[in-house]
Amino acid sequence: MIYIFMFIAAVFVNNIVLSQFLGICPFLGVSKKINTATGMSGAVAFVLTLATIITWIVYTYLLQPYHLEYLQTVSFILVIASLVQLVEIVLKKISPALYQSLGVFLPLISTNCCILGVAILVIQKHYNLLESVVFAFSTAIGFGLALILFAGIREQLSLLKVPKGMQGMPVALLSAGLLALAFMGFSGIVKL
Amino acid sequence: MKKLQSSLTNMVLSLGIIAIAAAALLAWMNRLTEEPIRLAELAKQESAIKEVSPAFTNSPVAEEILTSSADGEQAACYPARDNGRLVGVAVKTVSHNGFNGDIELMVGFTPEGNIYNYSVLKQGETPGLGTRMVDWFKTDKNRQSIVGRDPARDNMTVSKDGGDVDAITSATISSRAFLDAVNHAYGVFRQVSGQLSAAPVAEAAPADTTGVVTNN
Amino acid sequence: MKKLGIILNGLVNENPTFVLMLGMCPTLATTTSAINGLGMGAATMFVLICSNLVISLLKNLIPDNVRIPSFIVVIATFVTLLEMIMKAYVPALYESLGLFIPLIVVNCIVLGRAESFASKNGPFDSMLDGLGIGLGFTFALTLLGMVRELLGAGTFFGMTVFPDRYGALIFVLAPGAFITLAYLLAIINKIRKVS
Repeated sequence: MIYIFMFIAAVFVNNIVLSQFLGICPFLGVSKKINTATGMSGAVAFVLTLATIITWIVYTYLLQPYHLEYLQTVSFILVIASLVQLVEIVLKKISPALYQSLGVFLPLISTNCCILGVAILVIQKHYNLLESVVFAFSTAIGFGLALILFAGIREQLSLLKVPKGMQGMPVALLSAGLLALAFMGFSGIVKL
Repeated sequence: MKKLQSSLTNMVLSLGIIAIAAAALLAWMNRLTEEPIRLAELAKQESAIKEVSPAFTNSPVAEEILTSSADGEQAACYPARDNGRLVGVAVKTVSHNGFNGDIELMVGFTPEGNIYNYSVLKQGETPGLGTRMVDWFKTDKNRQSIVGRDPARDNMTVSKDGGDVDAITSATISSRAFLDAVNHAYGVFRQVSGQLSAAPVAEAAPADTTGVVTNN
Repeated sequence: MKKLGIILNGLVNENPTFVLMLGMCPTLATTTSAINGLGMGAATMFVLICSNLVISLLKNLIPDNVRIPSFIVVIATFVTLLEMIMKAYVPALYESLGLFIPLIVVNCIVLGRAESFASKNGPFDSMLDGLGIGLGFTFALTLLGMVRELLGAGTFFGMTVFPDRYGALIFVLAPGAFITLAYLLAIINKIRKVS
C-alpha cells in the first residue's frame, strides 16, 4: 500500500521537476515538441531506474561497509556516465531504430541532475532496494508527466502572439511557473 | 605537446591514474575534515541546548541520555546543571507527522516540568505557513505560546482538537505535528526525570555517562 | 585574448544563466534568499576554477576517448572536497543548499566549460575563465535570490525591509522561481536588445 502512496507522492505531490527542481535542463531544452518530450521521458525512465538500482547496490555493499561514504559523489556519477555509455552501445546493436530516435538525448542524460539527484536522495532517505526502485520509477513518471505537459503547452504557445521581449525562454519559464503553481494544489494529498 | 593517443593502454592508464589520485586525495581530505565536522555537529547541538535551557555550567551533551520507546521512536535528553544543581532538561524529539516530512525539535523543560523554551532543529514545512512554528509558539498572544506552560496541566493539542493551544493560522497539520513532538518530548522528560535527581552531581571531568534507557 | 577580457566574457557575454541558459537546476532551487544564491554561486565558482585549472594542466595527458569520464572524475573530486570543507566550516550554508552541492557535478556549466575552454587553453587562462563564468553565475544567482527574497519575505540579505505579511509568498516557492527568472530574463534580453 505504501508503494502506491510513494508513487502518488513522487509523481504529483513532490514532482521532481516542478517542486524539487531536478531535471530542469532537459525540461526547458527538450520540451518544444511532444514527440521529443516523450522520447526523452522514456530514455530517462529507463536510465533512472537502472542507475538507482546500481548506485544503491554500490553504496550498500561497497561504500558503507568499508566506510568510503565520501566517495559517494564520484562513484555515483561514474556509474551513471558508464551506464549511459553502455545503454547507447547496447541500444545501437539491438534496436538501431530506437537508437536513432533517442539519438542525441542519451549523452545528455548523464548530465541530467535528476539521475544523480534521485540516486543520492534514496540514500538520504534510507530506502531499501525495493523502495528505491519504486521511488526512482515513480520519479521518472513524474518527470515524463511534467515534460509532456509542458511540451503540449509550448506547442500551443508557439502558435500565439507573444510580446517581443517575452518570446522564447521568458514566456516558457512563465508557463512552467504556472504549471508548478497548479501542481502545488496536490500538496498534502499524501504525507510521506 | 601533442595529445596522447587514444590507445587502449593509454586510456586505461590515464583514467586509472586520475581515479586513483582522486580517491587518494579524497581519503586524505576526509581524514583531515573528520574532526572539524564532528566539532561543528557538536557546536550545533550545544547551541540548540543553550537556547532552550537556563544558564548552565556543565556540558549537557556529555551527559546525553538516549531513550527509545516501544514504537521505535528515539529521543535524546541533555541535563543542564548549574554547579551540579539540575536546572533544566533539553529533550530532542522528532515527529513524522509534518506536512512535508519530519519535524525535529529541542524542547527545554525546567525540573518541575514546565516548558522553558523550544528550538526547531529541522523542518520542511510550507514557507510562511508551517515554517512559522519557529516563533509562533513562543509569541505571547492569545493561547499560542507554550513557553512556561506545564503539559501536565494544560492540554498541549490544538484548540480544534479540544486542546489549549492556538494553532498556526492555516497550518493546522504542521501545528499538530509540532505539538505531537512537544508531547513526546514531555513523555520522555517524565521518563528520565526520575533518574536525573535534583541532588547535586559532582562535576569532575564530564564523564561518558551515555546510557540507553528502553521503555517497554 | 586579453586576460581581463576573459573574465568579463564570463560575466557578461557568455553569462551562464542569462545568455547560455545553462545550470538551471541550482538557479531555480537555491535562490530562495540572496545569501543562498550567493553561497551556491561561490561554491560553483570554486569548483569551476579548480576543475578548469586541473583539466587544463592535464589536457595533453588525457586521450580523447576518455576525456568525458576523466573530466567527470576531476570535477566530482573537487565537488566532494568542497562538500567536506563546507560541512566542517560553514554547516548552516551546507544544510540550506543541501542536495544541490553534490549536484554541482552535473551542472552543465562546469562540464561545458571544461569541454569548451579548459581542454583547449592554458592553465592560467582556464582559471580566469572559471573565475569569469563563476562570477557571472554568482551574480545571476544573487540577483535572482535578492528579488525573490525581497518580494517574497520582505527581507534583504536577512535584514527586514518590510514586514513579511506584505510579501507575496509565492516568490519564495517553486512557481515563483520560474516566474522571477522569466521576467528577469525578459528584462535582460531587452537590455541586450536580443530579438
